[in-house]
Amino acid sequence: MRQENTEAAAYWSANLKLIRNVLIVWALVSFGGGILFRPLLSGIAVGGTDLGFWFAQQGSIIVFIVLIFYYAFRMNALDRKHGADE
Amino acid sequence: MEQQTLIYLVVGATFALYVGIAVWAKAATTGEFYAAGRGIHPITNGMATAADWMSAASFISMAGLIAFVGYDNSTFLMGWTGGYVLLACLLAPYLRKFGKYTVPEFIGDRFYSQGARIIAVICLIVASVTYVIGQMTGVGVTFARFLQVDAATGLYIGAAIVFFYAVLGGMKGITYTQVAQYVVLICAYTVPAVFISLNLTGNVLPPLGLFSNTVQEGVPLLVRLDQVVTDLGFNSYTGHHTNTLNMVLFTMSLMIGTAGLPHVIIRFFTVPKVADARWSAGWALVFIALLYLTAPAVGAMARLNIMDTVQPGPVGVEGGSLTYEERPDWFRTWEQTGLIQFDDKNGDGRIQFYNDRNETFAAQAAEWGWEGNELTINQDILVLANPEIAQLPNWVVALVAAGGLAAALSTAAGLLLAIASAISHDLIKSIINPNISDKGELLAARISMTFAIVVATYLGLNPPGFAAQTVALAFGIAAASIFPALMMGIFSKRINSLGASAGMLSGLIFTVVYIFLYKGWMFLPGTNQFPDTAEYWVFGISPLSIGAVGAIVNFAVAYGVSSVTQEPPVEIQELVESVRVPRGAGGAVDH
Repeated sequence: MRQENTEAAAYWSANLKLIRNVLIVWALVSFGGGILFRPLLSGIAVGGTDLGFWFAQQGSIIVFIVLIFYYAFRMNALDRKHGADE
Repeated sequence: MEQQTLIYLVVGATFALYVGIAVWAKAATTGEFYAAGRGIHPITNGMATAADWMSAASFISMAGLIAFVGYDNSTFLMGWTGGYVLLACLLAPYLRKFGKYTVPEFIGDRFYSQGARIIAVICLIVASVTYVIGQMTGVGVTFARFLQVDAATGLYIGAAIVFFYAVLGGMKGITYTQVAQYVVLICAYTVPAVFISLNLTGNVLPPLGLFSNTVQEGVPLLVRLDQVVTDLGFNSYTGHHTNTLNMVLFTMSLMIGTAGLPHVIIRFFTVPKVADARWSAGWALVFIALLYLTAPAVGAMARLNIMDTVQPGPVGVEGGSLTYEERPDWFRTWEQTGLIQFDDKNGDGRIQFYNDRNETFAAQAAEWGWEGNELTINQDILVLANPEIAQLPNWVVALVAAGGLAAALSTAAGLLLAIASAISHDLIKSIINPNISDKGELLAARISMTFAIVVATYLGLNPPGFAAQTVALAFGIAAASIFPALMMGIFSKRINSLGASAGMLSGLIFTVVYIFLYKGWMFLPGTNQFPDTAEYWVFGISPLSIGAVGAIVNFAVAYGVSSVTQEPPVEIQELVESVRVPRGAGGAVDH
């Protein structure tokens, strides 16, 4: 039982770390690239406008999709590693 | 074939399809009625979730919101998609593991309190009912424009179709009709967009067309659009013109509101496994992105088309604006609905469309003999008028009509199911009559669904004056009350019953009061304390963006109250342990 508890704790902390990383990227591309850092990215031209505009109207959405699949893929591996899968 | 006949045929065919699915996918148990027997493939569920989520607002209004504002309204694009990242890693897999039927049920069990469950039911019903009104009016409007029946008749027909598949099939019937509705709506949205992008930029993919050069002038589309709109005194399209803090908070509110909307969450209860819930969130966003990546392109291209139509010549030169007599056919069609209005203020028989609130430009325009902006265009017509503006064949117009109806009906059905299951499962089964049999509960669920449809139809026919404001309310409530409660229920073992209830109530009250201060109490006109304009908002935060702040209030109060009161009982802490692990009964439950 003790060992199972450590296993469960390790699984959960690995999950939390993964979520933290996913959410950092999530915030960076949308609030960061799309809004707050747009002035800093204004030098990078994309199709008649700048990178910040691209992040706000396209880039974030594409990154969101990649993030979810990345999370699902990594979590399924974690499930198996820690014997938590169904 | 005649335009009108074609529309009847296409819309009739899609309706026949929905009814056919209803007969085929009849629900026999409460498990099928509430969660489609948990047998839905993650990709199928992703598609159904996309239709469930994309409402009349996404289909009809979003491109227009972006077209007439530009960059600043990118918040809708990021906000309505970013919520799926939160769903995928913070809510959906764990709630699927919990393995019950409704969102209030998790809140009630996790916080071992019927009170918390009832607060959650109230939040769910207010959020979902306000949201469903918009869908029902959307159905009425689409019917009125395309099928030449009055809005009320259209609404009855739409309600009858939803009644048929939602009451018979419950979640099972709704899931398969939503898949069909997704296919209809995405074709209806992308086909005209592809043609418009081809015409304007020569690029077959609208999202790439948005960043390409125009065929005629050979300059980037967005450069030309900026030029054309600023020439007429409007804000530049790609520029940032609003309060940055408000933009961030609005995006955040939409994101956490999306993740907290019960009708979206319950879709993830229908997949077989926890891992499927994660994949399914990804697929849902893929299907949603097909529309959300197209929408900004549609918006920019339609804006450019409209500007070029009404201002074919140089600005300020005599004869530069379009004469009213030469207006195109789509202009005439939509004029009849009152959604395009022309008022020849200077009596020159030409259409002057410019930003007369821009003082420098208005002064300049006055020198040309312009006496004010003469054209108002309702931004909701953009998507519906698109095929006509691009002079596409009649069948495309018919497809767009069917697509608008599919978007509204699929979202309405999902909302109605969330409402009906809250009534039959959270109120009747849990509080009023716990001994009810499965058959009895199924009947109760069907009656609740019927009741919900009747109420929604009534409200659709007599929309309260505040209908347009209600989306803010729905997202505010979901963001400030439901999302934090669910997240804390999963990620903290320390939050107890008292903390969660106090948190939900304070988040809810804070948010609703802030909205009412600016929009009027219960949205009654004239009862607002402050004018709803930027200079009166606290730190420039609009009532639409306050949900994110309400969520912070909720988190803070819940932590504060929980930390000074008793920690939750052992079995609740074990429940939390068990929802965190996908495997049936994880090690932690072993006691």
